[in-house]
Amino acid sequence: MKWATCDLADYALRKADDTLVLGQRLSEWCGHGPVLEQDIALTNVALDLIGQARGYYQMAAAWRADGSTEDDLAYRRDAHLYGNHLLVELPNGHWGDTLARQFFFDAYNFFLLEQLSKSPVPELSALAQKAYKEVSYHAQFSAEWIIRLGDGTDESHTKIQQSVNRLWAYTGELFEDTDLDRKLDGAVPLPSTFRADWLQKMREVFALATLELPDPNAYMQKGGLHGRHTEHLGYILAEMQYLPRAYPDAKW
Amino acid sequence: MSQSPDAWPLWEVFVRSKNGLAHKHSGSLHAPDAETALKSARDVYTRRSEGVSIWVIPSSAVVASSPDEREPLFAPSDDKPYRHPTFYDIPDEVGHM
Repeated sequence: MKWATCDLADYALRKADDTLVLGQRLSEWCGHGPVLEQDIALTNVALDLIGQARGYYQMAAAWRADGSTEDDLAYRRDAHLYGNHLLVELPNGHWGDTLARQFFFDAYNFFLLEQLSKSPVPELSALAQKAYKEVSYHAQFSAEWIIRLGDGTDESHTKIQQSVNRLWAYTGELFEDTDLDRKLDGAVPLPSTFRADWLQKMREVFALATLELPDPNAYMQKGGLHGRHTEHLGYILAEMQYLPRAYPDAKW
Repeated sequence: MSQSPDAWPLWEVFVRSKNGLAHKHSGSLHAPDAETALKSARDVYTRRSEGVSIWVIPSSAVVASSPDEREPLFAPSDDKPYRHPTFYDIPDEVGHM
């Protein structure tokens, strides 16, 4: 293979962190959804994402070949070693906040996986092909909620527009090309290459939802990919990692 | 959510399993419209890959027989065992039927 396995491991880790942190966030809704049907729907999405995270962590562990396991990578790394985007660690807020965050990420994940499923690295393409089917459904689900809330009552319209405006500053980072992406040129897509597709999707859905698209050139928050996180990630990890850290010998 | 789920109509969900020929009643759910009902049915009733096809039908469209009519509707067939095809000799060559 012409790409360094340590780079591939780092890449898989970032994807793993994205999907694990968002899956963990979404699972906070379990038992608290507005209605039973949507509670289960969101929990299904959380489970899909955690399943994808496992696939990426296993891949990363194999490429690192330093004896670490998927559990070590998920449960024994501190926040500054996590390489997820800031968007996925933000608090759930209300239903509209959660669905706006989800729609931004689902659309990104959809276009990412579309490209990644053509990767010449068989591990990456296999996982991407499986995840692509799941994420196609996620993207449909979250887009429908954006339309429903935007084109719903005056109150739902106002609230979802506020959610969109508030979260917008965290969408720029999704399309940041890092040195790692460039080193893996040919194996993985450069995020900037599918930004136009993502923006187009935003325009289509926002038009149906009668929502205003924020300025794509507005100031954007960055840092997650390089381990500089919001204060929220520490709390997620503290809760998620408590058990394996307190009881390192605990078995399933 | 400004709209209470009680205001959402009820839907009956029918799922056809992989090797089943007919859609079978799985349960019901609340949803504001048919499309959402279908999506929710997928999420609630096919999580363990139970199905390959889903029907949703507004519960209000179901016409049900009344329990009061149980006797006139069903009792008359109780004493007509000859309607069960159990009185025929089946030739051995037929095997399992």
